[in-house]
Amino acid sequence: MATKKFMYLNRRSSFGTVYAIESLEVVLIAAAFEQDVSLAFMDDGVYQIVEGQETDGIGMKNFSKTFHALGDYDINKLYVSKESLEERGLSESDLMPLVYEDEDDDWEEKPSVKVVTNDELKAIMSEQDVCLSF
Amino acid sequence: MAQICGAEVDEEGFLVDLKDWNEDICKQMAADDDVELTDEHWDVINFLREYFEEYQIAPAVRVLTKAIAKRMGKDKGNSKYLYSLFPYGPGKQGCRFAGLPKPTGCI
Repeated sequence: MATKKFMYLNRRSSFGTVYAIESLEVVLIAAAFEQDVSLAFMDDGVYQIVEGQETDGIGMKNFSKTFHALGDYDINKLYVSKESLEERGLSESDLMPLVYEDEDDDWEEKPSVKVVTNDELKAIMSEQDVCLSF
Repeated sequence: MAQICGAEVDEEGFLVDLKDWNEDICKQMAADDDVELTDEHWDVINFLREYFEEYQIAPAVRVLTKAIAKRMGKDKGNSKYLYSLFPYGPGKQGCRFAGLPKPTGCI
């Protein structure tokens, strides 16, 4: 099967709408078909990967834990908009330390999250075959 | 809706409420599939339950195989061995026995 480059663009926060969890679901499906998958987080989407989410009070599944499984699915390109973080008073240290194990480098753990400027993100988007916005 | 040991299951036999799971349900599901549960089955079932607890998803077969290989060695972390335990698929049948939802992306 031919491999395509898929980017999933996440622009909404985790809860309140189904966009975030639906996006993650579709990401896992694409990964099961062994496609080249990357994720981008901008605008309120950056909140999806903020560390320390707690959902007991709102009675929803804490699917933020699932982001830690993405490395197992060979999804290791998570781009986060630098501008969107700054506009919300956040920095990279507020984000979950998501990692993957590099098969070609003795399974060494490496970071999956990369903070990029919107211009860099634009360039990465233009390299994709498919870009889906949630 | 169908039930197993008093717990509701969907049309494919997966538990509707994951909190209903217990070992008796698991044993009954296995008996219905003509599978005799051994320690080797329980290793995988327990692993699946731990994986779900940590990541909130049922792992795809590819991910399960890799993770079992890492934890229990290559002789167990391969699809031949896992299919010998769960003839209807380590993902689909294993997850069902473990009380998990059907793995995402599983057709």
